[in-house]
Amino acid sequence: MKQFLVFVKKEFFHALRDRKTLLILFGLPVVQIMIFGFALTNEVKNSKVVIADQAKDMASQQLINKIEASQYFEIEKSILNRKEIENAFREGKIKAAIVFPENFNYDILHENKATLQVITDASDPNTATTQSNYLGSIITDYQNELNENMAQPYRISTETRMLYNPQLKGVHNFVPGVMALVLMLVCVMMTAISIVKEKETGTMEILLVSPFKPLLVILSKAVPYLVLSLVNVTTILLLSVFVLQLPINGSILLLFAESTLFIITCLSLGLLISVRTQSQQVAMLISLMGMLLPTLLFSGFMFPIENMPYPLQLISNAIPAKWFYIIVKSIMIKGLGIGGIWKETLILAGITIFLIAVSLKNFKTRLA
Amino acid sequence: MKAVTVDHITKTYGKDKKVAVDNISFSVEKGELFGLIGPDGAGKTSIFRILTTLLLAEKGTATVDGLDVVKDYKKIRSSIGYMPGKFSLYQDLSVEENLNFFATVFGTTIQENYELIQDIYVQIAPFKDRRAGKLSGGMKQKLALCCALIHKPTVLFLDEPTTGVDPVSRKEFWEMLKRLKNQGITIIVSTPYMDEASLCDRIALMQSGKILSIDLPKTIIGSYPDKLYRIKATRMFHLLKDLKEQTNTLSCNTFGEYLHLSLIRDDEPNRNALIDKIKKLGHQDIEMSEVVPTIEDCFIKLLKS
Amino acid sequence: MPEAVIKTEKLTKRFGDFIAANEITFEVSKGEIFGFLGANGAGKTTAMRMLCGLSIPSSGHAQIAGFDVYKQTEQIKKNIGYMSQKFSLYEDLTILENIRFFGGIYGLSNKMIKEKSDELITQLGLQNEAKKLVGSLPLGWKQKLSFSVAVLHQPRIVFMDEPTGGVDPVTRRQFWDLIYTAAEKGVTIFVTTHYMDEAEYCNRISIMVDGRIRALDTPANLKQQFGAGSMDEVFFSLAREAKRGE
Repeated sequence: MKQFLVFVKKEFFHALRDRKTLLILFGLPVVQIMIFGFALTNEVKNSKVVIADQAKDMASQQLINKIEASQYFEIEKSILNRKEIENAFREGKIKAAIVFPENFNYDILHENKATLQVITDASDPNTATTQSNYLGSIITDYQNELNENMAQPYRISTETRMLYNPQLKGVHNFVPGVMALVLMLVCVMMTAISIVKEKETGTMEILLVSPFKPLLVILSKAVPYLVLSLVNVTTILLLSVFVLQLPINGSILLLFAESTLFIITCLSLGLLISVRTQSQQVAMLISLMGMLLPTLLFSGFMFPIENMPYPLQLISNAIPAKWFYIIVKSIMIKGLGIGGIWKETLILAGITIFLIAVSLKNFKTRLA
Repeated sequence: MKAVTVDHITKTYGKDKKVAVDNISFSVEKGELFGLIGPDGAGKTSIFRILTTLLLAEKGTATVDGLDVVKDYKKIRSSIGYMPGKFSLYQDLSVEENLNFFATVFGTTIQENYELIQDIYVQIAPFKDRRAGKLSGGMKQKLALCCALIHKPTVLFLDEPTTGVDPVSRKEFWEMLKRLKNQGITIIVSTPYMDEASLCDRIALMQSGKILSIDLPKTIIGSYPDKLYRIKATRMFHLLKDLKEQTNTLSCNTFGEYLHLSLIRDDEPNRNALIDKIKKLGHQDIEMSEVVPTIEDCFIKLLKS
Repeated sequence: MPEAVIKTEKLTKRFGDFIAANEITFEVSKGEIFGFLGANGAGKTTAMRMLCGLSIPSSGHAQIAGFDVYKQTEQIKKNIGYMSQKFSLYEDLTILENIRFFGGIYGLSNKMIKEKSDELITQLGLQNEAKKLVGSLPLGWKQKLSFSVAVLHQPRIVFMDEPTGGVDPVTRRQFWDLIYTAAEKGVTIFVTTHYMDEAEYCNRISIMVDGRIRALDTPANLKQQFGAGSMDEVFFSLAREAKRGE
C-alpha cells in the first residue's frame, strides 16, 4: 500500500510541475465555459424587426409594445408600404417584419379572428425559424391575454410552453455538453500521454523490472487525474451557477457521483490508448482526433441525435459522452434522481468495465 | 551457482526476422565485473532486455541467480538492479524524490542500504533538492546508479552507462563500479568504448549479434597472433596511405598519435627495408617500436577475419 | 599563413544570467582539422550553433567563410555542411533519394547531383545498395553516407558533432579516412568528439571548460605543456577544474 501511495505522490508531482499540463487541466475548462456560455449562443437577441402598422389602433399598439418589451427585438422603424419592406430586406437592413392589416383591432373584437403577417429572412434558416417562433410565442401570449378579458373565451388555442427553460436559454445545453467535452479531453489525453511518456523516456522499463505490479503503475497514474478532474467539475459548476446563472435543480451529490463514473470511463479510455501507442505525439493525436471529434458530433450537444440517419444514431450509442450528457442534463435541468437515470448510468458503467478489461488484456508486462 | 547463464539465445525483430542476437552462449560468475563490449547494433541491449525479463528470445534459455528468465520473471524482477541505455530518470523530480521513489518501489528505504551507495551519493547529496533534469550528465549517471542499487540487488545490469558522457565522468564511473564489485555485487556492463574493456574482470567482444571472443582482457590481448609495432612520422595521413600500400603490410590502423602496424614477414631485414622505403617516400622523424596490443587492436583483428 | 575560414573574437552567448559561452576567441585555417573538445555542459554545442549561424551571439564578433554571424547567417548556411550523430539521413528514403533530396536543398543543378551521386556511390562502394532504404544499412555505412552527403555541395567548412559515436573501430577509421581526404582537398573540418584518440588526428584542438576556452594548440604541444603522455591526461587535468560538472 505504501508503495502505491508513493507512486501516486510521484504522479501528482509530474502533473503539477508541468506547466503545459496545468494549463490544459485548469485553463481549458474555464475558457470553454466562458466561450460557450457567452459568445456562442444560438439565442437571438436584439434582432431588428420592422413594423408595418397599417392599423395604428389599440390592439396593434399593445402588441407592438409587447414585442418591444421583450429582450429579443428592437423595433427598427415603421415603413408603410410593401415596396419599402422588400427593399429593406434586400439591403439586409432587416431580418424580420410584421405587418398589421388595417382593421386589426376591429377584426379581433368583432370577428374573433385576425390575421397578421410575419416575414423573416430565411437565408439564415436557423435565425429565421427562431425569430418567427419568438414572435409567434409573443403573439400567442398576447392572444391569451386578450382571451382573459373576453366574455366568451371559447377558443382552441395551441399552448406552447417550453418546459424547464421558458426563455429558451442556450446555456442549459452547453454546460453539460462542455462538461462532457472537457472531462473527456483532459482525462483521456492526459492519462494517455502520462503513461506513454514513461515508455518514451525509458522509465517504464525500470518500473517493469521491479517488484511493483504493473497494474498498480497504471492505477497510480489515474488517481491524480481523477482528483484534478473533480476539481475541474467543481469549477465548471461554480462558474455555471454564479456567472452564467444556471441553477442546479437536482442533487449535487448525485451529480458528483455520476461525474466520477464518467471520469473513470475517460481514464480507462486513456489507458487503452496508452497501451497501444508508443509515442506521446501519437497518443495526443488519437485522443484529439479519435475522441474529441466523435464526442462533438455524436454526444448530442451540438447536433441533435434524433435528426441523424439511423446508422449514425447507433454509433452515437457507443460514445460515452452521449450518456453522460443525458445524465447531467437530467440532474441539472430536470432535477431527476437516480430513479430517472439508472439506465444511462448502467450503460456508462458497462462501457467503463469493457474498456478496463480490454486495456488490461492488452497491457504488456514485457516490451515485446 | 552462476550469477547469469545464457544458453544458445537467438532474438529476431520484425517481419523480415532481422537477427539481433545470433545463438549466443556465455555465463557470469558471482561477484564478477563482466563487460559486453561492442558497437551499436551488436546486440548488447537485446541481451540485457532478455536477461532482465523484458523481452522473450525466439530460441534458447537464460537464467539469473539460478532463476529462469521466462518462468520465474517475477522473482528476478524483484532482485535485480537495472539501468537501461540513455536512462533519464524522472526529470521533474528532485534527486531525493527520485531516490525515495525507487527505494519505496523496491520495498526498502534510503537508510537501509545506505552504505552501498554512500560513496556515490555523497557526491550528489549537496544537490538533493535539484530537479534531476537540471543535473549534468555525470551527476545524472551517479544518481541513476544509486537508484539502481538502492535495494541491494544481487545482479546489476548497466546498459551503456557511459555513452555520451565525457572521459572524466566515465573514468569516475568505472572507479565507482570497482568499489561496488568489492561489495560482492555481480555487475554486467555494456559499452562501446574499447578502452573501458580492460577495466572488467572478463569481457565478451560482440559484433552484429555474435560473440567474437570471450575471456579475461589480458588473455585476449595475450592471444593476439601477430607482433604489433607502433610507428609515427611527421605526416600521419600520408604515412598511413603509404604503409597500407606496402606489400608486406598485414594491418595498419590509426591509434591516436601512432599507427599500429603488423607485418606479413616480420624479421629485422624486412623491418629495416620498410623504414628505408618510407624514408625514400619523403617521411621524416620516423619512430618505430614494439607495442602491446590493446583490446581495440584485438577487436579489429577479429572483425577482419 | 593560410586564410582563416573561421575567425571569432570574444564570442559570447548569454541566457539570462547564465553565460553559456564566454568570450570565445580563435581562428581556424583553410583545410585544417580542428578538434573542439570539452565536457558535457562546457558550452561546446552553444558555441557550435553560433558558428553554424543557428544562434545569434549575445556579443563579440565572428566570421565564418567570410560571412558575418549576425547579419549573414543565410550565406553561412549555404557554405557549410553539418553532420551529427543524432541527425543522419532519412531512414525511409533510399540512398539515391536522400542524395537527390539534399542535393536539391543545397541548390545543386540536376547535372551536378547526378555527377556527385555517381561519384559518391562509387567512392563508398555502395553500387548494390543505391536503391535500398537507408534504414536498412548498418550504422557505420549510415555515418559514412551522412558525411558524404554533408560535403555534397563542396562546402568550405564541415561541422561535425560527435560523428563517430557508437560506431565499430574499423568503420570509425574508415570515416576518418574520409575526413582526411576532404581536408586534403581544402575543406576545413570542425569536429567535436569524446574519443581522445580522435583528438590526436586533429591539427589543433581547443578544450572548453565552464564556457571558456582553456587550451588551444596542437596535440603535441598540449601534451608537452601539461606534462602528459596522452590527450586523455591533458583533458583530465583541465576538466577536473570544471565547476559546471555539478
